[in-house]
Amino acid sequence: MIPGSKLGILTLSTLFALSLAGSANAPLAADSVPGVTDTEVLIGGTDPFSGPASAYSAVGKGSQAYFSYINDHGGVNGRKITYKDLDDAYSPPQAVQLAHQLVEQDHVFAMFGTLGTPSNTAIRPYLNENKVPQVFIATGASKWAKEYKQFPWTIGWMPDYQSEAIIYATSLAKTAPNAKIAALYQNDDFGNDYITGLNTGLGAKAKTSIVKTASYEVTDPDVSSQISTLKASGADTLFIFATPKFAVQALVAVAQQSWHPQIYLTNVSSSQSVLRAAAAAGGPGATNGVISTLYVKDPSDPKYNSDAGITLYKQIMAKYLPGEDTANGFFTAGMGYGFTLVDALKHAGRDLTREKLMTAVTNLKENDNPFLENGISVVTTPTNHFPITQEQVVRYESGKWTDIGTIVDARPYIKEETH
Amino acid sequence: MEALRLPRYGGVALAAVVIAILPFVLPHYDTFELAYCGAYAIAILGLIILTGLNGQISLGHGAFLAAGGYTVAILGQNFGVPYMISIPIAGIVCGLLGILIGMVALRLEGVYLALATFALAVAVPSILKRFGSITGGVQGIVLPTVTAPGPLQNVLSKDQWLYLLTWAIAGILFLVAARLLRGRIGRSLRALRDHETAAISFGVNPTFYKSLAFGWSAAYAGVAGGLTAIATAYVSPDSYTFALSITLLIGAVIGGLESMWGAVLGGFVIEFLPLWAQKINAAAPSVAYGVALIVVMLVMPSGIAGALARGYRRLVRKPRAEGPAQTDAAVPAPLNQPSQAEGTTSTSL
Repeated sequence: MIPGSKLGILTLSTLFALSLAGSANAPLAADSVPGVTDTEVLIGGTDPFSGPASAYSAVGKGSQAYFSYINDHGGVNGRKITYKDLDDAYSPPQAVQLAHQLVEQDHVFAMFGTLGTPSNTAIRPYLNENKVPQVFIATGASKWAKEYKQFPWTIGWMPDYQSEAIIYATSLAKTAPNAKIAALYQNDDFGNDYITGLNTGLGAKAKTSIVKTASYEVTDPDVSSQISTLKASGADTLFIFATPKFAVQALVAVAQQSWHPQIYLTNVSSSQSVLRAAAAAGGPGATNGVISTLYVKDPSDPKYNSDAGITLYKQIMAKYLPGEDTANGFFTAGMGYGFTLVDALKHAGRDLTREKLMTAVTNLKENDNPFLENGISVVTTPTNHFPITQEQVVRYESGKWTDIGTIVDARPYIKEETH
Repeated sequence: MEALRLPRYGGVALAAVVIAILPFVLPHYDTFELAYCGAYAIAILGLIILTGLNGQISLGHGAFLAAGGYTVAILGQNFGVPYMISIPIAGIVCGLLGILIGMVALRLEGVYLALATFALAVAVPSILKRFGSITGGVQGIVLPTVTAPGPLQNVLSKDQWLYLLTWAIAGILFLVAARLLRGRIGRSLRALRDHETAAISFGVNPTFYKSLAFGWSAAYAGVAGGLTAIATAYVSPDSYTFALSITLLIGAVIGGLESMWGAVLGGFVIEFLPLWAQKINAAAPSVAYGVALIVVMLVMPSGIAGALARGYRRLVRKPRAEGPAQTDAAVPAPLNQPSQAEGTTSTSL
């Protein structure tokens, strides 16, 4: 039990041999750009392939499949994309170590598509310190864009939560300018971003329109008491800024309490599985007429049966991800991310450097991403780091989403706010 | 055999030399990972003291890593306390927490204790999110990256400093543990594990020693938590899910619950097994843990350290009479399994 000398020597020599074996990597030539050769560009990333958030890893798989497709069609500027996407199990310490590994051992050119606000928060200082691009990360926090001066090598992709709330407010101003608003939100960054956005979008009317807000903690077992409070306020419009589990609870509670407000539901909880679960527990009335937003095409929507983007999506799924569920919109989103990276790499040119990639990433004018809803473009400028700010407002009717009006853009409001 | 015999601290001295040389021959990235190894080794040593030596199963040590990590983060962010001071404080805070939980644990045995500590591990992320004004909520707390102090900055890179700091602390904590376990404390802990009633009749105070084991173990976990927090330069509830607690126990079992060297090996396993498994398949790490556990349980039930010790004895000495590999003869005639069953009925308090 007490350390014996011999056992110690055995242990140490084993460890020593193992660590040497693990480090037998040839260093790269000093003055070349990391991860870039004549025929290949090496991109790194991490996704939760294991653990409780593993469902989201479909985004990374979708990007990977899209790169395979691009590589089989000649690559980008004569280079094939190798995407080394590792499992961080949604754990920030794991993400940090993998980021170090990808940058220092694998010498990746850039980090792309890392999923989750915590993991990206953890690796952002390290990547910026080392001037490694951290591009098109899969999180809706607004800080990636707002803090770009401090962290110029980091940029998101999807519409941030504040933009989405602004879009709801704009839509509401047209359809029901005198609405009395109640809002249920998760008491953290995610929920608070929505409340901030809602206030920004409503502008001067925010004070009088919002009659009541109620928050819940992710530790709460149920939100029905919050729904009772909100109902008692006499509001006729309810915003649900909640993650899937709580969104289902809220929708069911509203139906059970015979309250009939116009419901707005966050994009985060807009998947069919959430609405079906709510309809199963609270009856079809619990979900009919719910308003939300979409920005990635819903691959299961029959209206896209002859759409070029979804046709390409299905071809890529069949060839590179056979056996996976093509109705899973996370794959579609992943291809959307991949498309934007390929677009940026193209514009960065054949003579690729990290600085040139960032220049391309902050000067995007992409209006042909086939995986996004028609009419949505990916736009950035050196001083505006919000790539997607447009969304399609949709209403849930008889089991599917139907468009209301045209695409709405939150960008004009964001500009005011960041100044 | 005599020729091979090194001085008493020969292994330790050699360890110190090898550990001190490694960061100067390895690439930075490996140095960075080996710093985590050192921190995990400290945490697993804590588990070995509690579970291996004292027989109390903890499925919740991730909670103490969280407490340690957040102590360092909060003291640093709100009060500007440097990590050289806040890491020992993290150890003390967690030690006190551990003693408190150890007192509760006195009433629980075996699987019930495992479940209670597991509940602790499951609750931690929610607790951290609930007190957002102090803990930063889901957003967590970003810490400044650690650099070598003063003039050392010119000589040592960040990774080298982090590595040397971690392993220096590990070295101190291992020596303290070796010293204490060799004497009365170690004997009492083992006696309570092997046969509580017999130990009590020999005058061992179970309340004192079991709480001590919990507090001691938690203090080590707290220091490990502080070290991983400064290495990651970020703490958040997602860093301390219950999976971390399970991983630590897996590391202790694979490394070897009966030897302090098992802690070093265990730290190595939980740091590198998932990274190596990734090379086969992105989703392979959790499978690799399962496979490794099954193989270890079948082939070397006392872990890698136990197997190495047995293999060495077989090489060098004539095979001895069968029996557990315990070297200290302090425990009166090791009694096998019945200790669990009898312990339940004779719980003190």
